[in-house]
Amino acid sequence: MKITELTVHELNDKLKNKEITREEIVKAYIDRIKEKENDVQAFITITDKEKVIEQARKVEEEVRNGNITNELAGIPIGIKDNICTKGVKTTCASKMLENFVAPYDATVTEKLNKENLISLGKLNMDEFAMGSSTEYSYFKKTRNPWNLNKVPGGSSGGSAAAVAAGMVPWALGSDTGGSIREPAAFCGIVGLKPTYGLVSRFGLVAFASSLDQIGTLTKDVTDSAMLLSIIAGHDPKDTTSTNVEKKDYTKCLKNDVKGLKIGVPKECFGDGINEEVKKSIEKVIEEYKKLGAIVEECSLDVADYALATYYIIACAEASSNLGRFDGIRYGYRTKNYSNLKELFKNSRSEGFGEEVKRRIILGTYVLSSGYYDAYYKKAQQVRTLVKNEFARNFEKYDLLLTPPVPNVAFDIGSKVDNPLEMYLADLYTVSVNIAGLPGISVPCGINSEGMPIGFQLIGKAFAEETILNAAYTYEQATKFREHYNPEFKK
Amino acid sequence: MQVSSDEILHIANLANLNLKEEEIEKYKKDLQDILNFANIVNNANVNGVTETIGANEACNVFRKDEIVESSKREELLQNAEEQQSGMFKIPKVI
Repeated sequence: MKITELTVHELNDKLKNKEITREEIVKAYIDRIKEKENDVQAFITITDKEKVIEQARKVEEEVRNGNITNELAGIPIGIKDNICTKGVKTTCASKMLENFVAPYDATVTEKLNKENLISLGKLNMDEFAMGSSTEYSYFKKTRNPWNLNKVPGGSSGGSAAAVAAGMVPWALGSDTGGSIREPAAFCGIVGLKPTYGLVSRFGLVAFASSLDQIGTLTKDVTDSAMLLSIIAGHDPKDTTSTNVEKKDYTKCLKNDVKGLKIGVPKECFGDGINEEVKKSIEKVIEEYKKLGAIVEECSLDVADYALATYYIIACAEASSNLGRFDGIRYGYRTKNYSNLKELFKNSRSEGFGEEVKRRIILGTYVLSSGYYDAYYKKAQQVRTLVKNEFARNFEKYDLLLTPPVPNVAFDIGSKVDNPLEMYLADLYTVSVNIAGLPGISVPCGINSEGMPIGFQLIGKAFAEETILNAAYTYEQATKFREHYNPEFKK
Repeated sequence: MQVSSDEILHIANLANLNLKEEEIEKYKKDLQDILNFANIVNNANVNGVTETIGANEACNVFRKDEIVESSKREELLQNAEEQQSGMFKIPKVI
């Protein structure tokens, strides 16, 4: 097997057995990026080749001398371009931040550096993480490695496509309403959105602060558990981060789901779900039963309201968060102004893309006098209902199983002019963010056109171990990666 | 849900955005479509339901008021389009 086809834990085993060197690993990835980037368009910034090789050599030497003992030292990684990296551009795929060089590292970036991981570059996304297809990037449209005419999903589309194409062994993404789980499902990889508060948001450019969470995009569940073990943990710089015990999440992978109670919300299988996706999820249910889990139909009675609630809350928070882009301290500044107000308005109007403006307008509207009660306040009350409905289900079940998306990856250009239709792609993922729960998307098959299908497991708050173990057990029994691989169809 | 052109312009002004003539029509239509869809929240029975403002219950997170090292001034100014004497420079306000 080629180096770039291996998972991180497989790479790590080979490093331990001295079958390969760190330099060989990074060189394999540099070559792979060179080979595939033209087709996939996953990167906004690619780290300088010489710098990467130099770093790998240095780590190799330090490991040999015993100065570095971190298990994953020298493993490469890709980072979504809304996560700050000191001295390296962090653009959020926006003209607004085209030349922004972060003056500090995000807490997760610091953690990767502390483990001596090597960044291969910054990955494409929808502008400010607003979108479900990565078509709203100011710079480029990323393409799905399974079929280059399809979207990779979004907003972490660059991260998902790069992992699926073997251009990075794993990547960090962010998930506000499904932005890790949807692209993971579209690209046939594993995407984990941790519980709100488990991973520090310090240095993640804010979209909707009460929903945003950094998570992992990986080839398999073991890698997901390994990367989560690195990035999780309380951070005094993020007051919403929760003080939970630091864990090694690979320890929970027991390959056993006997007696585990899984609820399957019937609302997720109504109108709008694609038949092939539905059949594929039904097979997953059968597999879990075979593995000894207790699977029952249940009801998640707020699924209807969740998407509307999500768009009201997310846009309201975005309109406030993006108020900071004024052309003064950082970001794009217009050339055309004669006073301060014009400087603000022209910089923002020229610097933000269409979808970002659309969401700022919607967010400003629902927060404005006269509409606050009808929309924003109502949405926050419905948010309570969504949380309660999950809590009611978790009295009975250990986890819930749903599709992550109602369909497989769609054609590039097919939804870009219809914002509302694009929003519907997030139907099954947003409620997890609204309730602040952990969710994982795991590949489970391909459709008749060869596009990957995933399923989603949702757990109680901070029950990452339960969903990781359940995902792992399914993966071990079915071995998706042994059967299917991206074909770069043109 | 009907939104007027004046309303769109008012909202855009609150958000510090200019809209071109054709953008007014486009955003008006998009906003109406999205609001019509979002109106579904008004069907939910929320009588007496308290609002949830965050995903976790933490509030008033305190820390000790201690001096710690923070970013350097030059680093924080490096992304500013204009600066003078170690400060951000803006056009005359009054």
